[in-house]
Amino acid sequence: MIARVIVTPKPVVNDPQGITVKQGLATLGFSEVSDVRVGKYIEMRLEAGSEHEARERVEAMCKQLLANHVIEDYRFDIETDGHKRR
Amino acid sequence: MSLHRVDERRLREVALTPEEYRVIVEELKRAPNEVELGMLGVLWSEHCSYKSSKALLRRLPSSSPAVLQGPGENAGAVNIGEGWAAVFKIESHNHPSAIEPYQGAATGVGGIIRDVIAMGARPIALLDSLRFGPLPGSSHHVEGVVAGIGGYGNCIGIPTVGGEVYFDDCYTNNPLVNAMCVGLVRVDRLMRARAEGTGNSLMLVGADTGRDGIHGASFASVELDETSSDRRPAVQVGNPFLEKCLLEACMDLAHTDAVVAIQDLGAAGLTSSVAECAGRVAGAGAHIDVRRVPRRERGMSPYHVMLSESQERMLIVVQRGREAEVEALFQAWDLTSAVIGHVTDDGHLTVVNGKDEVARLPVSLLTDGAPLRRLIGVAAEQPPGLDIDALPPLVDPGATLLRLLASPNLSSRRGIFRRYDHMVGDATVIPPGGDAAMLRVKGTRLGLAVTTDCNSRYCHLDPHLGAQLAVAEAARNIVATGAQPLAVTDCLNFANPDRPEVYWEMEETVAGLAHACRAFELPIVSGNVSLYNDSSGESAIYPTPVVGMVGLISDYDRRLAAGFRAEGDFVLLVGSSHNDLGGSEYLKVEHDLVAGRPPALDLARERAVYRLILAAAENRLLRSAHDCAEGGMLVALAECCLLGGIGVRCPAIRPESPIRLDAAFFGESPSRFIVSLASRAMPELQSLARRHHVEISLLGLAGGESVEFEGQFRLSLAEMRQAWEGAVV
Amino acid sequence: MKFGVVVFPGTWSDRDCGWVIDQVLGAELQYLWHKDADLKGCDCIILPGGFAYGDYLRTGAIARFAPVMEKIGNFADRGGLVWGICNGFQILCEAGLLPGALLRNASLEFRCQWTNLVVERTDLPFTSQCSEREVIHVPISHGEGNYFADPATLSRLEQRGQVVFRYCDATGHVTNSANPNGSVHNIAGIVNARGNVLGMMPHPERCSEIELGGTDGLKLFRSVAASAMKVLVS
Repeated sequence: MIARVIVTPKPVVNDPQGITVKQGLATLGFSEVSDVRVGKYIEMRLEAGSEHEARERVEAMCKQLLANHVIEDYRFDIETDGHKRR
Repeated sequence: MSLHRVDERRLREVALTPEEYRVIVEELKRAPNEVELGMLGVLWSEHCSYKSSKALLRRLPSSSPAVLQGPGENAGAVNIGEGWAAVFKIESHNHPSAIEPYQGAATGVGGIIRDVIAMGARPIALLDSLRFGPLPGSSHHVEGVVAGIGGYGNCIGIPTVGGEVYFDDCYTNNPLVNAMCVGLVRVDRLMRARAEGTGNSLMLVGADTGRDGIHGASFASVELDETSSDRRPAVQVGNPFLEKCLLEACMDLAHTDAVVAIQDLGAAGLTSSVAECAGRVAGAGAHIDVRRVPRRERGMSPYHVMLSESQERMLIVVQRGREAEVEALFQAWDLTSAVIGHVTDDGHLTVVNGKDEVARLPVSLLTDGAPLRRLIGVAAEQPPGLDIDALPPLVDPGATLLRLLASPNLSSRRGIFRRYDHMVGDATVIPPGGDAAMLRVKGTRLGLAVTTDCNSRYCHLDPHLGAQLAVAEAARNIVATGAQPLAVTDCLNFANPDRPEVYWEMEETVAGLAHACRAFELPIVSGNVSLYNDSSGESAIYPTPVVGMVGLISDYDRRLAAGFRAEGDFVLLVGSSHNDLGGSEYLKVEHDLVAGRPPALDLARERAVYRLILAAAENRLLRSAHDCAEGGMLVALAECCLLGGIGVRCPAIRPESPIRLDAAFFGESPSRFIVSLASRAMPELQSLARRHHVEISLLGLAGGESVEFEGQFRLSLAEMRQAWEGAVV
Repeated sequence: MKFGVVVFPGTWSDRDCGWVIDQVLGAELQYLWHKDADLKGCDCIILPGGFAYGDYLRTGAIARFAPVMEKIGNFADRGGLVWGICNGFQILCEAGLLPGALLRNASLEFRCQWTNLVVERTDLPFTSQCSEREVIHVPISHGEGNYFADPATLSRLEQRGQVVFRYCDATGHVTNSANPNGSVHNIAGIVNARGNVLGMMPHPERCSEIELGGTDGLKLFRSVAASAMKVLVS
């Protein structure tokens, strides 16, 4: 199975990267961009007995390591045999 | 329901007591509204009001002929000659770092930098005094804090040149992160954050305001408990890049005389910065329109705007009519600036939201209204005594030395400071790793020595003596570079002062600091107090009064480093040794004991040793100098060898009774230095020592690849280095 | 010789480079603002160290689009001297003026320490004052200095002798333990094929005075100054 995890700064948390990238885009003329949030994308291959089990494990990984729940949110997809579910 | 009744839960949210609420109602002659209550809550928090410590802090000396600015401003300032002022301050960021180590430490660095900028000074150096629980359990804190300090300091381009790190059980749940910043400004350009001139504009510059760290200040003033993680949205995220731009723009303000004052926005955000700025001028007030505050997010109420602790913001008082000049300077750095209000002469802080008045409070009520807390100190239980005669004799000094060098409290900090840019600025003439670091003042021959110090184990065993020893050790580190100690900034970290034994520790500590600083004629020009460093009342930290010190040398060409410089040089111990094993690292590492009394400190003797070292440095008699501190003479000697890459050969040490061999090697008697010098300089040093009534003794000769005490032990530099550099991170 | 030192928001070695040029070398100094569209007659453009635009997204990613960069590209095309130090090297790679890229240090940590560099080219305007295979002592200070290029680019660089500095031990041996950041082939600095655009991670402006621990960096500044003299004479 493949897990695709996206970690983003919580909406209320200051995101200096996003602010600076937005300004950079504006300088280049992409003025239609009103907000940028920069996060992390993590792709993992894993063994699991079922999708449900994989989901529980990835949830635990996000909580314990992949995301800093003080300042970040996460979401993920699990892909099993070509089926992708959120 | 009566007008004067208030929901207790609401009061707890803003960290006010019913008694404090009663005072507020009495002063206002009405009940405060929600916004006002929040504003008073943060400004009356311990962090902002110092209501538990103010009475004690008045006992600290704060003046000397060199002092240009003492406590009460964003930072202290001393005159260092040739038209320059050194500006500096130390501040804690303990609670945020306990919750989120990286961002907590990073924003602590960012905050202290802004304090220095607000004085009109360009920051030239950062130092960090850190305390953690034992490794490896604390590695999550250590890694996060070290990375956060580096992440901010490296990006903004201010060198991190010094500091200290200690590990002890008492810091397991309450790590300490104290950051110090030193800056330089021409004396005639020194700014003060005073809201002078009715009608002058208040401009907010830098980052947009978001819902960051609301109630951070009151958060810093309560003990951490299990629900602390629920307060987590309060953690701010630092933007060092934005602060770098803010720094340069503020430096550019020196080109215009349109600016009246600069004030940092720190704890309690806009509320405290405006109130403090106005509070420094008799009768001054301010009128603020929250609608004009640039926001990062939608849906913020006036309450959020007034209490937001968004980082990288400054308040600037600008002469009326000249706002455009200032705006243009910030525009050049792509920074937002907005006129958010003006200075008034009604002594009130008035907040409006467009046409609606949302708060109106007397400035004096905000800044000085918090009733001082009358706390009672009761002496803590005497720590365990030490029966020195019961200790087994020292068997293998070499093996003990290796274990001490590998102790996380004594080992090399290179693994940490190489993660900090300590060179940017082209001014670091003594890099980190020895005693004090030294920065040159470019364009002059002046050198500024900087250090932070505190042995909190000593403070735990005897807070009065421990505080004196902290001042003495800091001064010794400065003197070891050849510089004259000049002034102090202090960061006083304690547990919950409501506990009588903790308040007693505070009283003793302040008395000890005051006593030592008076004896050395050192003013304390700035500082910070951090209380409630005990989670759930269980694990109280040791009293930890961190002393930040700045010293001056008139020509940095005469500076001294700790490492040996040349083979064949004489190696001497300056000062006398006693059976000082109480509270020592030796006792902890070899006998697992925290006991006894810290070493006795004779302040007159300590000063005499300073005078000798400084006179010898002045006359260029010495090639190196190093302070003897934790680990005693032998650890200091080993460090001189490791830092210089040169060994030492000594005859056996046979101390005269009653001095024990372990005390001679590893005892921590203060007022001692290891120095090296060319043999031809020896007679002159001897006569200087006689004149200053200081004992000096020849330990041996520098040279070779090992440390050897004939017939006692011999260790190669390589095995010592392995122990010393392998311990921390 | 007139040196131009480029200042981006977030640059911090600008003042150190300026100090060495003005106070130590005694050459003419001109700061160039990132919004400038004019190089003001400078003979050598330095892109100094720092965190331009915070190095958010990728080091150098946003800086390469600054107005001054277009002029610098044209200047380099005409043979003008361009010297990227630390962040400046990263920007030159992002801008395509030099091949390859700088990744996070292999240790995943920032490193501020002294390094030894063996000088492999002394025929360049940047290194003429160094001797053949001289070992110079220059500090680094970066979190992303791990030089990377694909195998084809790398072999082209090596064949054409475009590697100018390599991390080495004190005796000039190029070893793994002397590599502070994991750079491929221990590469610390490279030059373009024409020899007028140099990028290097170490900081020569931090070792141009003895009180800062060494003066090897000054040799590079002197080399550039001397190259201008040659042009004047010829």
